[in-house]
Amino acid sequence: MAGQLIPITLTVNGTTCRSEVPPHLTLLEFLRDTLNLTGSKRCCGEGECGACTAIMNGEAVNTCLILAAEADGSDLITVEGLSAMPYGARLQQTFLDQGAVQCGFCTPGMVVAAQYLLMNNPDPTPDEIREGLSGNLCRCTGYARIVEAVMGAAGDE
Amino acid sequence: MSNADAHSGITHSGIIGRPINRVGGPERVDGTYRYVGDIKIPNVLHTRLVHLDCGRARIHSVDTSAALQMPGVRAILSGKELPASVKRFGPANRDRPILAIDETTFHGEPVAIVAADTVWAAAQGAAAVVVDYQELPGIYTVEDALAPGAALVQDPALRPNSAYKETNILNEWKFGWGAVDSAEADLVVENDYTFPMMTQFAIEPFTYAVEPTSDGITVYSAIQHPNYLQRVIAEFLDMPLSRVRVIAPDPGGAFGGKQHAKFEPLLAYLALRIGRPLRLELTLEESFQAARRTSAQAHIRTGFQRNGTLVFQDVEINYLIGAYEDIAGRLVAKGSYAGGGGPYRIPNVRILARGVFSNTVPSTAMRGFGLPQMNWPVECQIDEAARELGIDPVELRMKNLPEYGEVFMPQDPPADGRWAETLRKGADAIGWGKPLPPGRGRGISMGLKLGPTTGASYAIVRLHGDGSATVLAGTSDMGQGARTVYTQIAAHELGLSPQRIMVVMGDTQGVPFDLQTSASRSAVFMGNAVLRACRDVARQVQELAAEHYKADAVIVEPGTVEVGGQRKTFDQVMTDRFSKVKGEVIGSGSARAEYDETHPLNGRPAFYEVTCTAVEIEVDKETGVMVFHKLVTVADVGRALNSQHVAMQDDGGAIQGLGHTVMEQYFMDDRGRVRNLGALDYRIPTTMDTPRELISLHVENGDGPGPYGAKGAAEGGILAVSPAVAAAVCAATGAMIRELPLTPQRIWEALHT
Repeated sequence: MAGQLIPITLTVNGTTCRSEVPPHLTLLEFLRDTLNLTGSKRCCGEGECGACTAIMNGEAVNTCLILAAEADGSDLITVEGLSAMPYGARLQQTFLDQGAVQCGFCTPGMVVAAQYLLMNNPDPTPDEIREGLSGNLCRCTGYARIVEAVMGAAGDE
Repeated sequence: MSNADAHSGITHSGIIGRPINRVGGPERVDGTYRYVGDIKIPNVLHTRLVHLDCGRARIHSVDTSAALQMPGVRAILSGKELPASVKRFGPANRDRPILAIDETTFHGEPVAIVAADTVWAAAQGAAAVVVDYQELPGIYTVEDALAPGAALVQDPALRPNSAYKETNILNEWKFGWGAVDSAEADLVVENDYTFPMMTQFAIEPFTYAVEPTSDGITVYSAIQHPNYLQRVIAEFLDMPLSRVRVIAPDPGGAFGGKQHAKFEPLLAYLALRIGRPLRLELTLEESFQAARRTSAQAHIRTGFQRNGTLVFQDVEINYLIGAYEDIAGRLVAKGSYAGGGGPYRIPNVRILARGVFSNTVPSTAMRGFGLPQMNWPVECQIDEAARELGIDPVELRMKNLPEYGEVFMPQDPPADGRWAETLRKGADAIGWGKPLPPGRGRGISMGLKLGPTTGASYAIVRLHGDGSATVLAGTSDMGQGARTVYTQIAAHELGLSPQRIMVVMGDTQGVPFDLQTSASRSAVFMGNAVLRACRDVARQVQELAAEHYKADAVIVEPGTVEVGGQRKTFDQVMTDRFSKVKGEVIGSGSARAEYDETHPLNGRPAFYEVTCTAVEIEVDKETGVMVFHKLVTVADVGRALNSQHVAMQDDGGAIQGLGHTVMEQYFMDDRGRVRNLGALDYRIPTTMDTPRELISLHVENGDGPGPYGAKGAAEGGILAVSPAVAAAVCAATGAMIRELPLTPQRIWEALHT
């Protein structure tokens, strides 16, 4: 690792960030440890739980599976930037109103995944929501209220 | 505990019961809530554990020389070099070393810890530690453990006073009443059932930090019981409690897995030894090796009269625990005691329960605390009898439910709910008895869990000079909504809007003692403590009003005092009194359950948590795949302090129950290695696995010992899922399966072989 720092420049929630990162550093670690954006959570570290979901160049990604160096030049939206997005604030409110938040550890990744879903499908059916959120694990809620929260935030913004 | 406050004439109205949003929610949807892993500690070293890829091994030597040369590595400690003076720890028996010393006793037990400048460097260092070890045969099943001449999992010297120290049995518990052997039954149903080894799988993996300070030590842990951890650390380090500060941010899910100390003592020891703060974040795979639910095997005989009346229950159940006791003694006793009868009137009961040591992942509490393992066989037996006797399963259960106020366990409080109402509501909601398309089936089941038999909760409420309030309560809000209900209680009692109240938890330096966050106790015990603290504040405000306005003052309703013929809110009184000379009013309250040595569990339950689960499913007979059309949970909660939060708990409990019912299990090889560590190979329910309709209802008769008649909630929803689903599978296909989980493979095999 010694000496091999890679310069990167990327936009995170509208702000340009420049840094030099070791090659092994994941995008999730870069967000959490370098930028101190701790809203993205680490759980499985292998792209199965979705707790680290962010939107990169318009696509939902697991930031634990992307190296920070690979994110060079990208445009990233994390949960911290969600409220400025078309559905963001509405989703955050419907998650609260529908009782879709318990411990909350999966919630940042879940609302970001929901944002991505609604950006691409503003009027999803419950089945489409289930499929769209199937990569985000939640151990508290049983998911039904999460699906209702996304239904509640759907529609033209 | 006393019911005096619970029924002192304060009507439940306004904010009590209202589904206000989760307090603490906004900082969870915008990502700003700081979980333990989000806290930055200056000058911290990151650590990684070193473990071996086998179930049990003898450690010959640990060579750290190469690892110590790695860039960024600052310190390495192996169990081999631990001074003999370093104590063992444990919530009950102190039988667990902070690192494996001569032998690893389960797959994942650490042999060394590496501290380094970065997580990466710590991982590189851990990979460079060379352990010379010899793999040993281990004890991985109940049969292995109980076989004559079986090797001992635990050194007898670790439990010198135990009658079972020369065996792999932790203890044997015998409970019961009546006379099973002479009971006459028309039908005896006799079967074996198994409950799988599975894990809590909180989405937040175990994460810890420890910081030595000039006046003691600070431990950061997302622990359910901060005060229990404080005591464990104080005893481990020989420090006074006052010098051990536990900072416990709200856990990112816990479910029982975060009740007790795991790696905090190790970090504390090493941090003091090298004089640096340390941090440890387990991978999810390591979290799977840190805690699991206790698996179980039951042999059960149940006697019935021809008309369906239960005559006897005769159970032998073995709970397979890990290599250390943890909280298993309590879990096996409490789980088997209450489960023997379930919520039924059974004149003759005999329970023999064992905790059995093995070389497997440490078992600890999980939602339901030993009851789902017991409820599974007990309820399946009732369905089997219903089929044999030709009696409807709902009617058979109705026939055996005790009436309100009826004693159904001779040494315990009488039935404290209208449980027939709970069952009827579940049956109605699932459409019991209505015709179904082919391939579908319904099942219904009941569950009973004893509420807490111990308890000690203390709360402080500070009414500030501007009329706002801070509630100090040592409960952990791990998602169950404790912050929300304490806010509602204080808002009601002090006449404040919820926005003017702050609930502070999770710091033993400022927050008073709470025994633990478990057993669905927090609404009842800490709820009563908060309520009493608020009423202590109210009494003081009344006195203060009389003094300040120089007139007689009377509390006319919560948060309002009548003084000199005028009504004033507490808010006004406080502002008037403290506008010039500043100050505040401080109230305190507590709730306790006392030790009762005459009771088999040393304490009578504060309430019963009784639930009905009903499901409608469809089975594809060609593949064994099951589709869930509907799942209904009905919980008797006495009084829902927040109707939405109660339903949220029952939703979550139901889907966790669905996990161990249809998919969750550890796969262990013959070397004791868990082969499906992590989220890829161990599946929990996703959005694609949940029922088309998930319905959570409750029964409220205001008959609980908590504030305004509340009982506990939050565990009931998990109790009765498995037997309800098994009954539904049987109704749909004719196959009765007695091994969990009910995977497509098991269902297919039952139908085709």
